[in-house]
Amino acid sequence: MVENRPWLTVLSHLVLSIGVLVTALPIWITFVASTHPVEVLMSGRTPLWPGDRFIENYTTVLGSGMEAAGSVPVGMMMWNSLVMALMIAIGKIAISIIAAYAIVYFRFPLRMTCFWIIFITLMLPVEVRILPTFGVVADLGMLNSYWGLSVPLIASATATFLFRQFFLTVPEELAEAARIDGAGPLKFFRDILLPLSRTNIAALFVILFIYGWNQYLWPLLVTTDESYYTIVMGIQRMVAVPDSEPVWHEIMATSMLAMLPPVLVVVFMQRLFVKGLIEQEK
Amino acid sequence: MLLVAPQIVITLVFFIWPASQALYQSVLLEDPFGLSRKLVWLDNFTGLFSDPIYLESFGRTIVFSVATTSLSLGIALLLAAMADRIIKGTTAYRTLVIWPYAVAPAVAGVLWFFMFNPSIGVLAYCLKAVGYDWNHYLDGTDAMVLIILAASWKQVSYNFLFFLAGLQAIPRSLIEAAAIDGAGPLKRFRTIVFPLLSPTTFFLLVVNIVYAFFDTFGIVHATTTGGPAQATTILVYKVFSDGFIGLDLGGSAAQSVVLMVVVIGLTVVQFRYIERKVAY
Repeated sequence: MVENRPWLTVLSHLVLSIGVLVTALPIWITFVASTHPVEVLMSGRTPLWPGDRFIENYTTVLGSGMEAAGSVPVGMMMWNSLVMALMIAIGKIAISIIAAYAIVYFRFPLRMTCFWIIFITLMLPVEVRILPTFGVVADLGMLNSYWGLSVPLIASATATFLFRQFFLTVPEELAEAARIDGAGPLKFFRDILLPLSRTNIAALFVILFIYGWNQYLWPLLVTTDESYYTIVMGIQRMVAVPDSEPVWHEIMATSMLAMLPPVLVVVFMQRLFVKGLIEQEK
Repeated sequence: MLLVAPQIVITLVFFIWPASQALYQSVLLEDPFGLSRKLVWLDNFTGLFSDPIYLESFGRTIVFSVATTSLSLGIALLLAAMADRIIKGTTAYRTLVIWPYAVAPAVAGVLWFFMFNPSIGVLAYCLKAVGYDWNHYLDGTDAMVLIILAASWKQVSYNFLFFLAGLQAIPRSLIEAAAIDGAGPLKRFRTIVFPLLSPTTFFLLVVNIVYAFFDTFGIVHATTTGGPAQATTILVYKVFSDGFIGLDLGGSAAQSVVLMVVVIGLTVVQFRYIERKVAY
């Protein structure tokens, strides 16, 4: 820094530590609550230190679910979430990379029309058009299926744009050189463009995985069959039990499990995550 | 041509078609079973804007988004400025601050809901100790504060990341020159750093408003379900509850259209000003 001001440095650390503490507080409370039997939580004073029921609570939740609330095992919901998140991430990357490839490298009729059709979708989040989209999915008979969960969320323009921007930065000479060497369009795509965009794909995958995992409203609508519940919406079903206090210790254990995969992804792939996030907003 | 086909098909089926359906439905009066429909043109819209409940919900959404945006932006800027100052440990702090981004809005809502639970929550207990009787089941203001806190908590990490990147892009030489001229840290921040940061700030402002308008559905639905007495029914929640629970299809579609206009407006504003990079 430009000058030495010890008290300001101390203050900075202090403020940052407080920030970190406030950020972590909800998680700590959740973790603590998930390790206690329900009676302790109900006594009115939530303990601040973990209890001894860690293994029992988590095995109950993972294995059998909350029978009282009539829901399926959390293990199964996590599996559903995983399938949905992966389908959204992979599907989105796959269709948008080829669409971007076509738009950048080929001249075909209605090219600009296609571009604008995709562009418009940038502006319409799912929440805004839930009712009609739900109608379409119902008409296609895709309620209660993995396809219904993921396909309507796959089509969005952000990924296509990211790839388009990236392809535009690939030097023209590269494409020409490939053509002179006799590589067809497919070979050019596979051997040159795909390896070049590897980091972009990875960064995008991290973002999309989190996006897919955290979907809430859509699964809530499309699934009425319990075996397709995803974990994020499953929690809501547990909290909203009528006529009784929710079973907090199990809900908290479920919340921990619901947060774990995306948080791990963010923490361990931080570099990719930051890159993906910042590029997506360009 | 073949290569764009998948995306075009999905876009048409799941975006364009539903959106046009919403437009069409918003001018119809339909009964919940779809037995009869009647063209009423703009009646749904005029009905909407003369409906005190809808207008109230509009006002609440504005309160909610202004509060969430300013709270999360303010805290994020403070933390980022501090993290930019210190030399050691920036990465460690960054890791510790950014992970709430990965928490689903609904889960974030449930966590705060639990901490503020009037009978068993920790924070509600503390509040009671200092003499405030917290109850978000009964008190609309409490419920509003609850969802604002949960929404901001989740968004701080995102803003922090962008502010930090923006701060680190500011040339050191500028700040050093100001220091030599005798400007203290506060003055430097106000007259140099903050103006240079304005593109980032503006971008985050738009993103945060969009977030507060739409992505917070999960928080509202998982915790307060719009209550008590509509106190936390923000617009996007109202689209859902009128459409799926109240089965007022035309009204819900009209609300969707209003929201679409809001998003498109925000996007246009964002594009226009990002081009200009905000004058400073």
